[in-house]
Amino acid sequence: MDTTRSSPAGTDGAEPDLQQHFDGTIARDQRIEPRDWMPEGYRKTLIRQIAQHAHSEIIGMQPEGEWITRAPSLRRKAILFAKVQDEAGHGLYLYSAAETLGADRADLTERLIEGRQKYSSIFNYPTLSFADVGVIGWFVDGAAICNQVPLCRSSYGPYARAMVRICKEESFHQRQGFELLMTMMRGTPEQREMVQDAVNRWWWPSLMMFGPPDDASPNSAQSMAWKIKRHSNDELRRRFVDMTVPQAEKLGVTLPDPELRWNEERGHHDFGTPDWDELMRVIKGDGPCNDQRMERRRTAHEEGTWVREAATAHAAKQAARERKGAVA
Amino acid sequence: MSDDHVYMTLAEGHEDDTRWAYGTGFEDPLHGVDTAVPDDVDAGELASLCVTLADDALVCAQRLAEWTTRAPELEEEVALANIGLDLLGQARLLYSRAGQADGTGRDEDAFAYFRDAGDFRNVRLAELPNGDFAFSIVRLLVLASWRLAHFERLTAHRDPVLAAIAAKGVKELTYHRQYAAEWAVRLGDGTEESHGRMRRAQEQVAPYLGELFTAYDVRDEVVTVLRQVTEAAGLPMPVYRPLPGSGRTGEHTEHLAPLLAELQGVARAHPEGTW
Repeated sequence: MDTTRSSPAGTDGAEPDLQQHFDGTIARDQRIEPRDWMPEGYRKTLIRQIAQHAHSEIIGMQPEGEWITRAPSLRRKAILFAKVQDEAGHGLYLYSAAETLGADRADLTERLIEGRQKYSSIFNYPTLSFADVGVIGWFVDGAAICNQVPLCRSSYGPYARAMVRICKEESFHQRQGFELLMTMMRGTPEQREMVQDAVNRWWWPSLMMFGPPDDASPNSAQSMAWKIKRHSNDELRRRFVDMTVPQAEKLGVTLPDPELRWNEERGHHDFGTPDWDELMRVIKGDGPCNDQRMERRRTAHEEGTWVREAATAHAAKQAARERKGAVA
Repeated sequence: MSDDHVYMTLAEGHEDDTRWAYGTGFEDPLHGVDTAVPDDVDAGELASLCVTLADDALVCAQRLAEWTTRAPELEEEVALANIGLDLLGQARLLYSRAGQADGTGRDEDAFAYFRDAGDFRNVRLAELPNGDFAFSIVRLLVLASWRLAHFERLTAHRDPVLAAIAAKGVKELTYHRQYAAEWAVRLGDGTEESHGRMRRAQEQVAPYLGELFTAYDVRDEVVTVLRQVTEAAGLPMPVYRPLPGSGRTGEHTEHLAPLLAELQGVARAHPEGTW
C-alpha cells in the first residue's frame, strides 16, 4: 500500500485523488491497510461489522460455557473448555482489528453493554442439553464458517487476516461438534433423542444467522461494492443448506423442514422460509435469552472494574517508581 | 463460488478416524505407555497419591471453569481457562495412573464421575467457592506454589509414569504460579480497594493453609515463595490459623457436594451413555 498518500479519514469528497486511489485498490482486489486513506463510510461500516463480530464471539461463549462444568466426560470437558477459550481469543483479535480503525476496545464494550451495538442473534437461544453443544458446533460454527470464509478475502487487511486464523479454529470446532453428535447417535436411545431435539431447536435459528433475505437487507449492497462482504445472505444460506443435508443423513437425524427437498433442475435444495418475524423480534431484544446474556456480560464487566482499576493504578505507580529510580 | 472449506468434507468417511484431532474411541490418555508399576514401588500408595493429586487438580479446574464468561477482562478469560485446562489435563493423567496402579483398571471418568464427596481427597482450599478475583488469585497462588514444589520433587519419583506426569506439570505450574504472583502484586499494590480485598482474601485462605503441609514436606519452599510475593505486593504474610479436619481424609466443607453434583449430573443421568 502507498502509505505516503495516507491521511486522516473524514475527508469524503474533499480529496478526489485519494478516493480514486481507494477505488482502484478495491477494484484490483488489493487490501486496504490501517494507514491507507479510506472513506469515512467504509471505516464506520467496518468498525460496526468487526465490533459486532467481536461481541458475538464474547457473548457466544455463554450458551456453551454453561456446559463446561457439566460435561459428561473429562475428554468432553477439555474439548469444550478449549473451544470456549478460543472464542475469547477470537474476540481479542477482532477487537484488535477494530482498534486498527481507530476504535477502542473499552468503548466498544460499553456500547455492547448499553445495547448500542448488536451481536449475533443466535446466542439468544438457550442450551437445554449436552447435545446442544454438538449441534452448536455443527450448525452454528458451520454457518459461521460459511459466512466467514469469504471474509478471509475481505478488502480490509487486518480483518481478512484475523478471519484466516479464526476460520481454521472454527473448522476445528465444527468437527468436534459433529464428532460429539456421531458419538451420541451411537449411544443410547435417550442420547439419540437428545440430538434430534437439539437439531429441531437449532435448525431455523441457524438459517437466520445469514441475515434477512436479500431484498430486505439494507446494508448489503454497499458492503458488497466495497468488497467487505463477498456473497449475498441468500446465497450463503442456500450453500449452508446444501452442505448440511447430506451430513444430517449421515448422522441419522431429520432436519425439521417439510419443504426440504433436492431440486434437480436448480441443482440445489428447496427449503422453507424461516420465520423472519422471529428474527426481528430476537434482534430487537425479545429472544428467549437476550436479557440473560446481556446481564451476564454487564455483571462481569462491572464486577471486574476494581480489578482493571487496580492494574492501571499499579502500572502508574510502577512507572513512577522506575522514573524516580532512574533520576536517583 | 470458490470459497471451498472443510465444512464440505465433514461427513466424508474415513475408516481410521485419525482426522479427528482428539481421536475417536478415546479411552486412555496413557495409551502406548509402559504402565507396569516398578517392583520397588508400593502400588497402593502410588494409586492414592495419584488420586489425591488428581482430585486437587480436578476440583481446581472446575472452580476455574466457573470463571468462564465472568472474568474481569478478556485476557483473564484466556489465562484462567489455560490454567484450568492444564489442571484438567493433569487430573486425567493422574486418574489413569491411579486406575492402573490400584489394579481396578478404572478409567479417568470412573474416578471423576462415579465417586461421592467423601471419597474425594482434595484439600478443602480447592473446593471453596470462587469469591472475588482477589480470593481466586490468593488461592491460586497458594495452590500453584504448593503443587509446583511438590511436583518438582515428584520428577524424581521411582514410578516413571508419575515422574513424567510431574515433569510435564512443572512447566505448566511454573506459569500458574507466575500468573497468580503477578496479579497478587498488582492487586496488593494497586488501589485501596484492591489492597483491602487482598487482605480479606488472605484471611479467608489462612485457615486452610495447614492442611496442605501435613503430608508432604514442602512447607519451607512454599513459605519462601509466599513471603517474596506478599512483600512485593505490600501485603502481610497470612497468619496461620489451624482448622480441624482435612480434605485429605475425606472431611470436606459443605461446598464440595454441590460442586460434584454439577460436575457429575449429566454423566450419572446417563450411566450407559457414550460421549
